[in-house]
Amino acid sequence: MSSYYDPKDLGKFGQIAEFQPALAEKFFTWYGDVFAEGALSQREKSLIALAVAHAVQCPYCIDAYSTDSLQKGATEEMMMEAVHVAAAIRGGASLVHGVMMMNKVKEVTM
Amino acid sequence: MAQATTSLQRRGADLADATYQLHVLHHGHAAENLPSFGEKLRPIGLLPLNPLTPQILQVNVGKMCNQACKHCHVDAGPDRTEIMTRETMQQCLDVLARTEIGTVDLTGGAPEMNPDFRWFVEHISALGRKIIVRCNLTIIVANPKYRDLPQFFATHGVHVMSSLPFYDASHTDRQRGGGVFADSIEALTMLNAVGYGMPDSGLLLDLVYNPLGALLPGPQASLEKEFKKNLWTKNGVSFNSLHCITNMPISRFLEYLIDSGNYGQYMETLVNAFNPVAAQSVMCRNTISVGWDGALYDCDFNQMLELPVATTSRHISAFDLDALNKRSIVIDQHCFGCTAGAGSSCGGQLT
Repeated sequence: MSSYYDPKDLGKFGQIAEFQPALAEKFFTWYGDVFAEGALSQREKSLIALAVAHAVQCPYCIDAYSTDSLQKGATEEMMMEAVHVAAAIRGGASLVHGVMMMNKVKEVTM
Repeated sequence: MAQATTSLQRRGADLADATYQLHVLHHGHAAENLPSFGEKLRPIGLLPLNPLTPQILQVNVGKMCNQACKHCHVDAGPDRTEIMTRETMQQCLDVLARTEIGTVDLTGGAPEMNPDFRWFVEHISALGRKIIVRCNLTIIVANPKYRDLPQFFATHGVHVMSSLPFYDASHTDRQRGGGVFADSIEALTMLNAVGYGMPDSGLLLDLVYNPLGALLPGPQASLEKEFKKNLWTKNGVSFNSLHCITNMPISRFLEYLIDSGNYGQYMETLVNAFNPVAAQSVMCRNTISVGWDGALYDCDFNQMLELPVATTSRHISAFDLDALNKRSIVIDQHCFGCTAGAGSSCGGQLT
């Protein structure tokens, strides 16, 4: 293994079925259903996926959902707003724990 | 209006030459690793690709255009002078009069810039055939002499099909030139005012979407909803249907693909997205395409690659329906553009 990430591996995602076909089939069917037009539009789902991709920092997902968001009719502005949502939640998640820290500090100090 | 680009021909670019475009399609980046279009058709019983009864005569009345879009497969623009003569139009009318072809699809360039455009429409209309005009919208506001086009279209019940790659100015202008979105909205408002795209008017106004770059178009129904919602709420305009068209890897879009380093990946995307169901319904099967000089082709893309129909009947003046019905459609690697994903045609997605 010469590197951990190779862009070509994204196209090989389906090959995870090689080691466990039954579970892969369930996953890909469910995955397809998740992204179908529903109460949320396909464009909204793609933008959520793009935001989550940034939160979990998955390069494959960022590659895939940057393209997919454009194909579903999202604008660059919408896509960057989605990334800010991910960043805000990540930042907020750290900061809200500041309350926990304050609780602890107040517990152990005079 | 600021042009998005100038024609390959004007710039003396290698890609202005159709033979060179075919060379790129055959030998370009990673081309040798891709299957041929014929290899994909054979296992599904579509090789040779045979035509069905022709229902549409698609007539390219000239390459002159007031715009010069970056993705144009015609290499059209203000500097192009190739234009169909009234004599060739008359030959098209003669063919219509002796065949059952029900629809005439007028394209260009900006077809309205042909000085005999209105004469042609009036005579097709008199033959009782349906007429589609591929109107770029901005032509309607480009010069006072075109401002009555909406009323002229309405008089002849013309089905207006207009390119609008996005419902905002940024994406539209980057592809089609500065100010195109604003002018397009003005033209759409004028079309709406005479009844186009309005409920129960019977006057059809469809929009054509194509992606801004090396991407496949998304799902047509979902994009149509977004277009309708945005154009209505932000611009107060309405239309009937949205047609999604895949950008063909020829002419100026081919130039963009090469210059941006996306060529190999785009061709791979098209090939991997080959859809056998879309292949059944490709538009070349029910369309005959006529060039500005009267030459016959299987489609507008073959026309631009100068790949004529594979039969003896190669000119509108020698139109022989029997011979044309027996021909095999000329295919090449660009055809992957029409069979990718949900498929693509001048009427939008195929599946």
